[in-house]
Amino acid sequence: MSTWDWQVFCKDTIDGEIVPRCFGSAGDVTYLDWLLSAWGWTLSVSLLALLVALAFGSLMGILRTTPRRGLVLLGNAWTELFRNIPLLVQIFLWYHVVPALIPPLRGVPSFILVVLGLGLFTSARISEQVKAGIQSLPRGQRMAGLAMGFTLPQTYRYVLLPMAFRIVIPPLTSEAMNIVKNSAVAFAVSISELTLFALQAQEETARGIEIYLAVTGLYFITAFAINRVLHFIEQRVRVPGMIGGGH
Amino acid sequence: MLALDFAFLTPAVVSSYVLKGFVFSLQLTFIAMLGGIALGTVLALMRLSSKSWLIAAGRRLREHHAQHPAGDGDPLVLPAHPAGSIGRPLGAEYVGHHHLHPVRGGVLLSEIMRAGIQSIPRGQVFAGQALGMTYAQNMRLVVLPQAFRNMLPVLLTQTIILFQDTSLVYAIGAYDLLKGFEVAGKNFNRPVETYLVAAVLYFSISFSLSMLVRKLQQRIAIVR
Repeated sequence: MSTWDWQVFCKDTIDGEIVPRCFGSAGDVTYLDWLLSAWGWTLSVSLLALLVALAFGSLMGILRTTPRRGLVLLGNAWTELFRNIPLLVQIFLWYHVVPALIPPLRGVPSFILVVLGLGLFTSARISEQVKAGIQSLPRGQRMAGLAMGFTLPQTYRYVLLPMAFRIVIPPLTSEAMNIVKNSAVAFAVSISELTLFALQAQEETARGIEIYLAVTGLYFITAFAINRVLHFIEQRVRVPGMIGGGH
Repeated sequence: MLALDFAFLTPAVVSSYVLKGFVFSLQLTFIAMLGGIALGTVLALMRLSSKSWLIAAGRRLREHHAQHPAGDGDPLVLPAHPAGSIGRPLGAEYVGHHHLHPVRGGVLLSEIMRAGIQSIPRGQVFAGQALGMTYAQNMRLVVLPQAFRNMLPVLLTQTIILFQDTSLVYAIGAYDLLKGFEVAGKNFNRPVETYLVAAVLYFSISFSLSMLVRKLQQRIAIVR
């Protein structure tokens, strides 16, 4: 592979000179600096969107299993709305349409809008998984909780959710990995994350292979790290005597 | 509050900007789905065969694409094949077809098809063998038709998801449904309206199709 030139990452982004030790100083930025900052953006978008998705997804998933028809309808409508519009279209909606229709949102940075878009898109999928997790529990558990004199929220808090969340950790893991990969669409609204870095740096340096290999590696590392962390959590919270936290 | 004005979306505008992209999105969905089903079936058959080297080869291909972060709906995978996009103006579309969808779709679908094949009772296979069928005949005439039928709702759901995912070819500049709306929005300086209409259109197509699939699923469930 003599044609590969990994020194491209040591180049200054302005004049293209190779900087010693690869990191720019005194305001100079090398492609390596840029790559790392792009990775930071990808991580921030993904992790914040994951928080949004977990919060709204869990809430909506829980609502869909309550005995109240109005709440079930709300949860179902939420899920169908965010599940049936492609992610890219949703990102554009948040970026172009929402600030135009709701003036107070006009000054909000596009980073926040992308986090909301990606998070709410994923919340629909998480709501589906949380709902499935709660429904996989035997009906008697809910009845037992209510018969003990727990209110409905208490039944969820102390009886249903502790088991349901353990059961859905594996699908949540792949959803968390998906969010990292899906964060690539943020490039479409000019968030300076890895995909945008790759597109621009490749234009500037004409070193597409090295750039894309590095970016692909970082995506892999990020998604795999999330996989390991959640696997660790899955092991730690496993209830003794139960395989995989479930049955 | 911004005043919305949809008046510029006359039938002539829609057909000149959006229709072309819509047709392309549909073509992409169907080609990707057919390619994916073909590849997925082959992969599933490899996985379930009795030849160990076929199992290993199938697993390697599947795991490579399933774990690859860029391989799953990520536009990143496309520019990673620079050689494919150089040259013809059709480059973007070409790469979109041949690198993004069928391979990763096939990997996903191979799991679905495997589940479908494994859902067939073993007695069906034994009955086929008892009738003197070869392995290939048994698969073609007994197992696969039932597997396809069992997995039809899942395959159709996957098609709907794929239709939504085709919007990602935007990343490589292909002219799909979303791009059609975007160009119309830019030309008439009405991006808000066009994105809204795009969202409504994608939603109504996906939602009504998934309702139909749910109906179909119920009918199939009654039959069995």
